[in-house]
Amino acid sequence: MAIFLNENSKVIVQGMTGAEGTKHTKRMLASGTNIVGGVNPRKAGEKVDFDGTVLPVFGTVKEAMEATGANVTVIFVPPAFSKAAVVEAIDAEIELAVVITEGIPVHDTAYFWAHAVATGHKTRIIGPNCPGIISPGKSNAGIIPANIAGSGKIGLVSKSGTLTYQMMHELRDFGFSTAIGIGGDPIIGTTHIDALEAFEADEETVAIVMIGEIGGDAEERAAAYIKENVTKPVVGYVAGFTAPEGKTMGHAGAIVSGSAGTAQAKKEALEAAGVKVGKTPSETADLMREIMQGL
Amino acid sequence: MDLYEYQAKDLFAAHGVPVLPGDVATNPADAKAIAAKFGQAVVVKAQVKTGGRGKAGGVKLASTPEETEEKATAILGLDIKGHIVHRVLVTPASDIAEEYYFSFLLDRANRTFLAMASVEGGMDIEEVAATKPEALAKIAIDAIKGVDVAKATEIADAANFPAEVKDQVVDTIVKLWETFVSEDATLVEVNPLVRDPQGKIVALDGKVTLDENADFRHPAHAELVDKAAENPLEAKAKEKGLNYVKLDGEVGIIGNGAGLVMSTLDVVAYAGEQYGVKPANFLDIGGGASAEVMANGLDVILGDEAVRSVFVNVFGGITACDAVANGIVKALEILGDSATKPLVVRLDGNNVEEGRAILAEANHPLVTVVDTMDNAAAKAAELAAAGV
Repeated sequence: MAIFLNENSKVIVQGMTGAEGTKHTKRMLASGTNIVGGVNPRKAGEKVDFDGTVLPVFGTVKEAMEATGANVTVIFVPPAFSKAAVVEAIDAEIELAVVITEGIPVHDTAYFWAHAVATGHKTRIIGPNCPGIISPGKSNAGIIPANIAGSGKIGLVSKSGTLTYQMMHELRDFGFSTAIGIGGDPIIGTTHIDALEAFEADEETVAIVMIGEIGGDAEERAAAYIKENVTKPVVGYVAGFTAPEGKTMGHAGAIVSGSAGTAQAKKEALEAAGVKVGKTPSETADLMREIMQGL
Repeated sequence: MDLYEYQAKDLFAAHGVPVLPGDVATNPADAKAIAAKFGQAVVVKAQVKTGGRGKAGGVKLASTPEETEEKATAILGLDIKGHIVHRVLVTPASDIAEEYYFSFLLDRANRTFLAMASVEGGMDIEEVAATKPEALAKIAIDAIKGVDVAKATEIADAANFPAEVKDQVVDTIVKLWETFVSEDATLVEVNPLVRDPQGKIVALDGKVTLDENADFRHPAHAELVDKAAENPLEAKAKEKGLNYVKLDGEVGIIGNGAGLVMSTLDVVAYAGEQYGVKPANFLDIGGGASAEVMANGLDVILGDEAVRSVFVNVFGGITACDAVANGIVKALEILGDSATKPLVVRLDGNNVEEGRAILAEANHPLVTVVDTMDNAAAKAAELAAAGV
């Protein structure tokens, strides 16, 4: 099983021929992802050799899907062109679009999200400004290093890339069904709640780690969702307990404004929903370790 | 980036939103001259990027140029919630018949934009929202369709704007939306939006937050940055493309990835409790921790006189730990004698053994390698306390 991405996923890369796209296409291929091509209107018809794997470049997402049966796209195009790239993916009705690009203006994200809503949510969007999604041993769409942890029964959802890696590392002896980095921007396509819902339904996943950070109220809403809908054990971590008000901490969305968005408020909401919350990544991993050993 | 009131109103004016004239002064003599130019009673308004100016004594009426000079003298240099007043806006005093509230903002939960409007403006809108929620209209905006006259009319009707000003309000709403979209703002707020005794609608105050991710299509926004008000270390870091926030503690922090660095601040704060030390900064060096980036980061952090120790916390994901270790060694070479504070380094992840071996071999007297994030935080806190 796993969520959103599995061994049957056929992946294309928008921006495959750019510097980031090239680097990460190689890494995704090396971790066993079934990449079937790339998209770049200026290089349509060309072929690119990635350490022995020759991949075709298509002019559009639609053409790539028709020629290869691709159902997942990973987007590495620069911020100025990301809106058009995501809109194109949505119009082609691809199942999953993983938007890695950092620094997309929020008006552009709001636009492509509104387009996804208006066209009936045929495409699941992950990101933007995220590390992507990995179902270890099956497929890897994005920039998460494949060698941190293998497959297992824990589901992980996180706003932060490096905390995803840190937590996978801490719990590498158990492994993961799927780990998904949803991104730290103010508007994101796939939320904590979407991932929780999918993990709850996924037979392979037995327990869930949820990592949040300051800013917004996504964690509070996830807590309310967990209380009503999630039966599997959930362990949480929230970064930014000591972040001062009014200072943006790296992610565009990570800012405490007045009484809203504090780590303490998120922790309390999660605990009220029965989620055990760690004070640090290692304590969070220990909480999950106890749960896994008790199952 | 938050703008000052005068900058926000300049943007409003550029998009046709009605505002009063006004000029900015950085000293009382200039304020006096501006008042003389207007030749009427004026309001002297502190320019700070925080609310509650009025209550803090940052907004004063003055009937003559001399009085303007006095009021400006009193306001310049005020500390309003930690913001020192360096400039005042001098603007003609206007009579107010009614005060309203209007804003466009980002609605994260609904992943779109929101218009908020109320005919009960002039005071803290959070208070209106809490005590009289029915007086605050909230209308979701479709990011593709935007706000045209029809949508603006819907908003004005929902907020019960009086019939005699509705056309003007609708026109102003459309122009505020144009400001919001074409400037890539995440907040445009007018509080109060007023009706003067002659029935004219004016944006008497303005608050705008711009999305820095959109700077690439707004070269003019660079001029809105108040370089003088920036922390010098933050300005230096920005020049070098580093994501740095100055805090008020003693343990310098360098890490890769915003989430991990935020988490590092927490772990250091917990470990520092028993020593009475706290994190000195947030610094995310991003994915590729090259020697140059590491040297730039260390240079900024060591430029903070409050720093007593530095914690380098890197999880090698895409970046390999050996590259990071080489970066640290080279950075210390580049910095030479200017590096004087102890460094606690925690590396984990990709090629961690190679990375630790490089640091062991370099055996730099300032560097201590610790294997876990928690232990490294404790060590860095201990060293900072010892160095005070």
